[in-house]
Amino acid sequence: MKNISFLGVGALFGIIMSKSEAISWFRIQEMFRFQSIHMYGIIGVCVILGAAMFYIMKKSGFKAADGSTPDFSDKPKTYTASILGGTIFGLGWALTGACPGPLYVLLGHGYWIILVVIISALLGTFVYGLLKAKLPH
Amino acid sequence: MEILTQPWHWAFSGIMLVFIVFLLIFLGKRFGVSSSFKAICTIVAGRKTCDYFDYDWKSHTWLLMFVLGTIGGGVIANMFMANPNPVAISENTIQDLTELGIAPPQAEHLVPLDLFNFEVLQTVPGVLIFVVGGFLIGFGTRYAGGCTSGHAISGLSNLQLPSLVAVIGFFLGGIISTHVLLPLILSQ
Repeated sequence: MKNISFLGVGALFGIIMSKSEAISWFRIQEMFRFQSIHMYGIIGVCVILGAAMFYIMKKSGFKAADGSTPDFSDKPKTYTASILGGTIFGLGWALTGACPGPLYVLLGHGYWIILVVIISALLGTFVYGLLKAKLPH
Repeated sequence: MEILTQPWHWAFSGIMLVFIVFLLIFLGKRFGVSSSFKAICTIVAGRKTCDYFDYDWKSHTWLLMFVLGTIGGGVIANMFMANPNPVAISENTIQDLTELGIAPPQAEHLVPLDLFNFEVLQTVPGVLIFVVGGFLIGFGTRYAGGCTSGHAISGLSNLQLPSLVAVIGFFLGGIISTHVLLPLILSQ
């Protein structure tokens, strides 16, 4: 069962998100009020270091553990969906103080009200799936 | 034990998150948490519901395992690594939130208990924050084709223009909610 390893990676991710305080509603408020470098520092280091890593991986022909070439394919160029969907998500992110990863981490912390947010998010995804053909992308 | 309980510096946190991106690529996957919503919807509603859910959710089994692990990581961090001090947000933020009626951070809690409780959920502000807020997260991330992990972290690292546009949207929405909607909601 190869998928077991993802349980471990997920656990590490949950710990990192907790210790970085990126799952904190307060940190998200601070970010959207531009009152600290904290969240921008985390995202900035991620993007700069991540970009260097992606560049080196592409140049060096990095292979995954199973010998396959990683999927570096481009995201679909659906800019209307990016800006509209992005803004809609942003509205919810600032209200709840959590994006999808942190929702799961916060559930682990025992904030049961997060279950309401997760179920609502699943409903949102469901409605998006139903409406997808009618929305501009 | 202090080494376990103290919060991490943002630079170290960022480096560790890149390590997660590396591990997932090494294991042959792409980092993106919000796809788990699609997978769960497909499992619950069935792939015949509509085109969007007509896919083999088993291709996302790894992500569902990752998500289970993420919940477990939260349990571990809460049980063994909780910060005994309040989240050290800026004085300006504390002041702004106090004006909105939200008390400053408390020890061992990453969220405001003024809001995160089931009594608030039974009020209009509670429904707007948790139910409508959650709905917007699920609808918006799938509409945009990714969330903070897929667009802001791995998308921007891979120099994807659609991801940059999505992240601009994240902040546009976040700023509107923080500065306009939240004050309106909390004044109810």
